[in-house]
Amino acid sequence: MKLKLATLALGATMAAAPVMADLVFPSLSYRTGPFAAGGIPFADGYADYFTLLNERDGGIGGEMASVPECETAYNTEKGVECYEATKDSGALIYQPLSTGITYQLIPKVTADGIPLHTMGYGRTSAKNGKVFSHVFNYPVNYWDGASVGVNHFMKQAGGSLEGKKITLLHFNGAYGREPIPTLEALSAKHGFDFNAIPIDYPGQEQKSQWLQIRRERPDFILFWGWGVMNQVAVQEAANIRFPMENFMGIWWSGSENDVIPAGDGANGYKSLQFHNVGNDFPVFDDIQKYVVDAGKAAGAGDQVGTVLYNRGVYAAFLAAEAAKQAQAANGTSAIDASMMRDAMESLEITAATMEAAGLPGFGPEFKVSCENHGGDGLAAVGQWDAASQSWSLISDFEPSDGSVIGPLVDADSAAYAEENKVAMSCN
Amino acid sequence: MPDQLIFGMEVFLNGLMAGVLYALVALGFVLIYKASGIFNYAQGVMALFSALTLVGIMEGQIPFAHLINAIFGTELHHFGWHVPGILAIVLTMAVMVLLAICVQKFVFRHLVGQEPIILFMATIGLAYFLEGVGDLMWGSEIKKLDVGLPQGINLAIDETTFGWFGYGFFIDNLDIVATIIAALLVAVLVIFAQYTKQGRAMRAVADDHQAALSVGVSLNFIWVMVWSVAGFVALVAGIMWGTKSGVQFSLSLIALKALPVLMLGGFTSIPGAIVGGLIIGVGEKLFEFAIGPLVGGATENWFAYVLALIFLVFRPQGLFGEKIIERV
Amino acid sequence: MFYREAGDFKTSYREDNQTFPIKFDRYRYYSVMFAAFAVVPFLINDYWVNAIFLPFLIYSIAAIGLNILTGYCGQVSLGTGGFMAVGAYGCYKLMTAFPEVSILIHVILAGGVTGMVCVLFGLPSLRIKGFYLAVATLAAQFFLVWLFNRVPWFYNYSASGQINAPERTIFGIAVTGPNTQAWATYLFCLVIVTVCALVARNLTRGMQGRQWMAIRDMDIAAEIIGVNPLKAKISAFAVSGFFVGIAGALLFAVYLGAAEAGDSFGITKSFLVLFMIIIGGLGSIFGSFAGAAFLVLLPVFLKNVLVGWLGWPTDMAAHLEFIIVGALIVIFLIAEPHGLAQLWRVAKEKLRLWPFPH
Repeated sequence: MKLKLATLALGATMAAAPVMADLVFPSLSYRTGPFAAGGIPFADGYADYFTLLNERDGGIGGEMASVPECETAYNTEKGVECYEATKDSGALIYQPLSTGITYQLIPKVTADGIPLHTMGYGRTSAKNGKVFSHVFNYPVNYWDGASVGVNHFMKQAGGSLEGKKITLLHFNGAYGREPIPTLEALSAKHGFDFNAIPIDYPGQEQKSQWLQIRRERPDFILFWGWGVMNQVAVQEAANIRFPMENFMGIWWSGSENDVIPAGDGANGYKSLQFHNVGNDFPVFDDIQKYVVDAGKAAGAGDQVGTVLYNRGVYAAFLAAEAAKQAQAANGTSAIDASMMRDAMESLEITAATMEAAGLPGFGPEFKVSCENHGGDGLAAVGQWDAASQSWSLISDFEPSDGSVIGPLVDADSAAYAEENKVAMSCN
Repeated sequence: MPDQLIFGMEVFLNGLMAGVLYALVALGFVLIYKASGIFNYAQGVMALFSALTLVGIMEGQIPFAHLINAIFGTELHHFGWHVPGILAIVLTMAVMVLLAICVQKFVFRHLVGQEPIILFMATIGLAYFLEGVGDLMWGSEIKKLDVGLPQGINLAIDETTFGWFGYGFFIDNLDIVATIIAALLVAVLVIFAQYTKQGRAMRAVADDHQAALSVGVSLNFIWVMVWSVAGFVALVAGIMWGTKSGVQFSLSLIALKALPVLMLGGFTSIPGAIVGGLIIGVGEKLFEFAIGPLVGGATENWFAYVLALIFLVFRPQGLFGEKIIERV
Repeated sequence: MFYREAGDFKTSYREDNQTFPIKFDRYRYYSVMFAAFAVVPFLINDYWVNAIFLPFLIYSIAAIGLNILTGYCGQVSLGTGGFMAVGAYGCYKLMTAFPEVSILIHVILAGGVTGMVCVLFGLPSLRIKGFYLAVATLAAQFFLVWLFNRVPWFYNYSASGQINAPERTIFGIAVTGPNTQAWATYLFCLVIVTVCALVARNLTRGMQGRQWMAIRDMDIAAEIIGVNPLKAKISAFAVSGFFVGIAGALLFAVYLGAAEAGDSFGITKSFLVLFMIIIGGLGSIFGSFAGAAFLVLLPVFLKNVLVGWLGWPTDMAAHLEFIIVGALIVIFLIAEPHGLAQLWRVAKEKLRLWPFPH
């Protein structure tokens, strides 16, 4: 007890409130822990894009952007600490890049009135803006991903999946189980066999799962993994000589990290993407010039152009666009979280917006509305080329099957609203 | 032959291979526990640390580059040379020996004669410390480890078994190599413990510290040696697992795979670790194969422990553990 | 000097056996309690509560629970995370099934359920001892987490597999859910912690506690002098499970608000709580608090110093945090192997004699 008091005295000085100024985009990143390899490039991209805006354009609408970073190590409790430490600094938006932290923040941000943007992760049914007023998951979610993946396989199989067999290899947890209802619904619709094989965290040892796959010989595999699970799965697929073009990961299982350790064996491995890959965009030249070469990069600067770095840039780009639209709508450059939320709800990303930001054709075009916080659910398929050590998109951004996903979103969000007595908005 | 039986055989073989790897990790625990009564929680982190060091040396990374750059504003990353695998392994081993000396000098020399739980706690502190140092030294991104071990399906076995059963067995080349290396390592360790002077001294220390001390065995030296050997075992385990998945944080979690093996085989027995590893490897794979699909899969993690638990209820000291004689 | 014992005479056994026999100690205890109940609630904000006080209080309960089992009864357990999950999921099921019943009752019932589960997994302890038992309890850890992941009934068949704490109130004031006040959640946990600590203290110094300690020190000898090992061990598992379950329920319902078995109640949680009691001191209620404080506060403190003051990059600060915590554990152990509680005891003894140590 005494210890507590002593620390209290010490701590009183340490929690000094940050200065209120700038546009604050807190980055709850993880550069340590089991998923550090995925967290580092994302955090670098997120920070570097804002640094670029500051250095090149003098901020957003004349206001400098600041990106206070807080290390979560993918740990939910540290995530809470980080959220509480940064929320009073004028935080405009949170992007925690962790399913667990997202679920904790959903009720908290709603109470505090700060928007939460979970881009391609988090709670899928947050697409329903009537229930989740402060949570956004545009441009795409897991159920869209599952649907786009199945559509791609259908095309690959010549237009029909009748009698084919699709296996979902997934992380045994909330994240990995997300696509199961969608895939079950799709299996009934398209007549393919579906089964799910779970892998327990951390997934260092997957022999059983791959022996099962080898025995059952599914035609296609969809894969929901994160961390070491990705590298091992790609390696094992190469080991059993599973045809790589029939093996597709979700966007979290499709970065350079995941395929490089498997070497040539990974050639042809596919993954879903909701933004473009490579560094062949004007914005990367600017990042190189204004950020990396100026010694202001968040990381070592060697990640520019990798898939997860690009994702961080894309996340920052969407946040910056929303901030710009909020500034325009309110006629002030000093926006707050509620203006940000309103702007996100009416966000529209067009080819022209991306072009203007130096990211032509980088992501899908989409539009957010009060009822639909999830965008239009467009995703593309990328493929790994081991010879040139690069990912490339092999399809356009294609829509998912809204007739299957819509009812699932409504059912899940209604259950949440019922359990937590959430009042519907957007009326 | 019915399909299920053939599949079962394939799973059994793979389970044996996995078991050898588990046994390898468990060996590291047994060595230290036997010689000093320390349950070394840091064994998994040591595997990670050694693998990180190996890759770092091979790639010519500058240790603590990140820290140096942050303090002095420099842009250092690599020395610009590449060290061949064998030499790098030797250098890494030197680092592990150095680590063993430090551990002995700064930690365990001050804790001689403490209760087992305190020693266990000290290894937890060590694990935290090493985890931080490893990341700070070499960075926390995934690193590809390639010391030239073969990977992928073994075609000879595939074809032979296809000829026999009409179904080719899948055996990973890496697993075969790992099995051979692990078997060699165990043989060397047994010979070392039984027939060399240092090995005998080690066993004497394990039996009775004070008696060993009184006949002139240097405890310090033996403990440094044991920690070095455990470091070597950790390095081998790190190479095997790191080759498969790249070197990254999760390597430190392989210790969890070794715990049921230890329980089953007994904390003090080298043959126990090996037999225990094989039983756990085969048991969990067969259970996942036969029962897994019925209950939804991903059973391996807990089944290993339940299996060990059932064994222990009948043999509380483990398979080969020293018989517990209790006196008042 | 600091402890004036002159004139502090005891005239009954009752007085002599109280928890704080020295007057000064007693007043200090009262003043800490006063500060905790009447001062702190007025000073704290969301950050203080959610980053420091709630985790500290909740882990203290878990540490007390584990300390009863490990510190007092000598049964090393690594299943704490799994048992906390039982508490959390039990609380969630009760909260959603009977929304009209008070959350306080749900938390206590969740503790009771956990106690029963804990007894079930404690049965092998009659055969298995020492580290073997520790590893055996890991079976409980992994099995329980797998179970909560596997069976949709536990998370009410939600597509995401996460459990969310709906809003529940006490005396009309929200203590769970998003719209809570900092002081409300703090006081709610503080009351439970205080009651738990008092119960634990009185259990451990009574007959039950002496039985546990006899079993810990040597179970065969204890059996010979008439302690029933079955009853003693099972009761230790039950009581420990009860406290750990309460901690799990609070962790989920009040602190995190949402949880998933593998994420929030994994093996790392088991280790964390075990570290707390070893660092704090085995067989000491104060040690449970000290250990929880050490492992909850130190990382937050280090992070704020390294990142907030010195402006270091977050990743380097995180690595250094590990190094410092690890080094401190080792240094503490070398200085005082029996934990912070023993360090405190020694310091107190020195202070009592100071300035005339001879």
